[in-house]
Amino acid sequence: MPALVINGTLRSFDCDERTSLLDLLRNHAGLTGTKKGCDHGQCGACTVIVEGRRINSCLSLAVMHDGDEVTTIEGLGTATDLSPLQRAFVSHDAYQCGYCTPGQICSATAMIEEARMGWPSAVTDDVETSPELSDNEIRERMSGNLCRCAAYPNIVAAIRETAA
Amino acid sequence: MTNTLTMDKPDVRNRLDAMAQGIIGAPLDRPEGPLKVVGTATYASEWQLPDMAYGVFARATVPAGKVASIDREAVLAMPGVLAIHDDPRMLVNPAQGGAGKKPLQDIREIHYFGQTVALVVAETFEQATAAAKALKVEYAAPDDASVFDPESSAATVEHGPDTQRVQTGDLDKAMADAAFSVDVTYTTAGHASAAMEPHASIASWQGDQLTLRGSLQMLNYNVAELADSLAVGQSQVRILSPYVGGGFGSKLGVGEDSVAAAIASRELGRPVRVDMSRQQVFETVMRRSETRQRLRLAARADGVLTGIGHECLVSNLPGEQYAEPVTQATEFLYGGENRMLSVDVARIVRLCAGSVRAPGEAVGMQALESAMDELAEKVGIDPVELRKRNIPAIDPSQGTPYSSNTLAKCLDAGAARFGWDQRQTQTCATREGEWWIGMGVASAARVHKLVEASARVTLASDGTVKVETDMTDIGTGTYAVLGQIAGEMLGTPIEKVSVCLGDSALPAGPGSGGSWGAASSGSAVFLACEQIRQALAKKFQGDEEALSLKDGIARLGEASAMVVDLVAGKPIVGEGTIKPGETSKATRQASYGAFFAEVAVNAYTGETRVRRMTGAFGIGRVLNEKTATSQCYGGMTWSIGSALTEELAFDLRDGHLVNHDLAEYHVPVNLDVPALEVVFVEERDPHASPIQAKGVGELGICGGAGAIANAIYNACGVRVRDFPMTLDKIIGGLPD
Repeated sequence: MPALVINGTLRSFDCDERTSLLDLLRNHAGLTGTKKGCDHGQCGACTVIVEGRRINSCLSLAVMHDGDEVTTIEGLGTATDLSPLQRAFVSHDAYQCGYCTPGQICSATAMIEEARMGWPSAVTDDVETSPELSDNEIRERMSGNLCRCAAYPNIVAAIRETAA
Repeated sequence: MTNTLTMDKPDVRNRLDAMAQGIIGAPLDRPEGPLKVVGTATYASEWQLPDMAYGVFARATVPAGKVASIDREAVLAMPGVLAIHDDPRMLVNPAQGGAGKKPLQDIREIHYFGQTVALVVAETFEQATAAAKALKVEYAAPDDASVFDPESSAATVEHGPDTQRVQTGDLDKAMADAAFSVDVTYTTAGHASAAMEPHASIASWQGDQLTLRGSLQMLNYNVAELADSLAVGQSQVRILSPYVGGGFGSKLGVGEDSVAAAIASRELGRPVRVDMSRQQVFETVMRRSETRQRLRLAARADGVLTGIGHECLVSNLPGEQYAEPVTQATEFLYGGENRMLSVDVARIVRLCAGSVRAPGEAVGMQALESAMDELAEKVGIDPVELRKRNIPAIDPSQGTPYSSNTLAKCLDAGAARFGWDQRQTQTCATREGEWWIGMGVASAARVHKLVEASARVTLASDGTVKVETDMTDIGTGTYAVLGQIAGEMLGTPIEKVSVCLGDSALPAGPGSGGSWGAASSGSAVFLACEQIRQALAKKFQGDEEALSLKDGIARLGEASAMVVDLVAGKPIVGEGTIKPGETSKATRQASYGAFFAEVAVNAYTGETRVRRMTGAFGIGRVLNEKTATSQCYGGMTWSIGSALTEELAFDLRDGHLVNHDLAEYHVPVNLDVPALEVVFVEERDPHASPIQAKGVGELGICGGAGAIANAIYNACGVRVRDFPMTLDKIIGGLPD
């Protein structure tokens, strides 16, 4: 019976121990903003922020997160009070069908922080220095979030604007 | 009384350009955008209905035969399990796009590996998943051996539809007489739509009335398909699909999940939700057929074509009518009086083949455009020039004029933007570090089709406008563009316009498919608004064409009034219906474009990276520059996937799909896609629709992979005739 702090509120759930964090959010917590695209950690649609880090919530059982702080897309903003990144996604048309979008935004929110902390990526030339968040850095760091509509150029533009 | 227009003659009035609001075509944000970015847009399986049960499919682990027995008792005894269904009405595969009737039923007969054989229903998703996995199914072997390989001599090969056959003149003689000719065979791999939202349905019954929340593209047809499958009346079925997490053809027809959820819910007397797993979507929803394409091009010394041959082999299950229409654009794109076009179908046991984004042109154009590049080299002229020399005055297959043809303009505009004059004519001419650099070009073409559509528009007493149709928005921008058409026509600021979609109870449209949605449903909205304008003009005792509406103020001649005062508490409802007519027969209608790609090919590994890509497109009127550009980005990215990474891999021993997930079927990721550039060659096509718009959603994938293939050849001198062009196909031919 896990209890999690979801978007700042402590909530406990009576659920099957086989329940993934993703299914807990969608089927038990009523937070369907987190999407199921593959259930195998291959597409990134289920990305949420747990204890400050982005994870694929489909690859994690809910019981493993007892006491953890979880931020979902619903915790980042509301339709009338969008986060800067959410606003940039709208103005840059950084989506089409919208299904991968919450995962993209959660992923990018955490990714911008990773870059600010100086974490290198696979395309960072010199891992000793803090990399600048170039377009190529953004593309590499967001490549775990598939978008079949292929809004990639606009996703990069929205993140670039927000991270600047 | 509905304002109905049948397109029997071109609509040259060009009414939208005469309007005053100034929002048509503008790059406005999508109105539903805020809901999508905060996660409150509700997709199919996200509705929370009380007392809902969960259904999970079990799959066939053999490619053919019959279900001999199912061990029900053991699974029914598992915790939470409520039922096991293998009702003969359940679907073997989804309906083909636009079928409007039930597809193949009875899942107790196995038609391909991975087919659904039963639905297990339980109290929770976890219980249903475990139970479906535990379900033991015994099979009886089939009488005959199955054929899994379309290239096998044992495969039965049938002619595709006669409508896809063209034979004029004498191509063999043209080839023999040609100053230059190309006779090459290209192959393309099978593709999956791989929409990000897996197929899912929630069915609930109230008495004899079914409400199905599904992820579907064409509700008008889907209601008919679902009702026919269930053997109930169409009036008993309502489908809701306000948000669809991508379609690309995979959600054109009602699928296994919808019918199974409806059957299970009816029996249980509770709402039932069925989510297909990603693997099940890959294994049981339409694939794009692999193709083999023999291309023959015969040309005079100046490169002008005298003959063109495009003979193709595709595959499908026995009995399925659908054949990938590979030659669809070859019919009309280039001249040449001696023509031979055909599509044959090998009957094999793999999951059903059907529509995947731009059926036909997506794979046909990339092969044709690669072959054109081969011809340009032989003739010794620039490949852009070769294409321009071969644009016919009239459609060479039908003998009809083009409604419009922007190919030459797109080639010129794209070349200028891309910097085509920087291209080196010789291969292996540019090297940067360990990378060979090259440039390539290809034409784009995709047929345009107008389909009957209806819409209702209401001008409310507070001056707000509501648009209603069963049309869907699968990411294409329908919410945006239909609102813009209504706002433009009625002089209403966009924030006062609302658009209701994806409810089969609303006026019927053709849905999202074949790139016809925006032009067809948009025309219906236009006609509904025209009716409202007539009602407003009448209040001035004037003519609708003289009425000017802007920001809620109506003007006609010297007179003016607030629109809300004209409405005077009585909402005005307009209904519009557009129907295709003579213009679609009298003219050849298509969207055109041109792709320009720059690639880098690794001199040691053969890995290809697309460095930049420009697309120039003529799509008639651009309804929203922002969403139309996004559609083109999407198509161009699919071109990159088709060129370099996407390939369904089937096991030739049993026809099972080996790479049935997103880890092994490689759609382009963010780092695979460079800066893309889109140029619109704006035009008004009065034959296409009264809003002068044509299709845009599929054009971006129709030929783009050819530009990449040609750029690879230009970079390193390796001509790959087998898509996708993975590094193993390049490395052996690289210069030392």
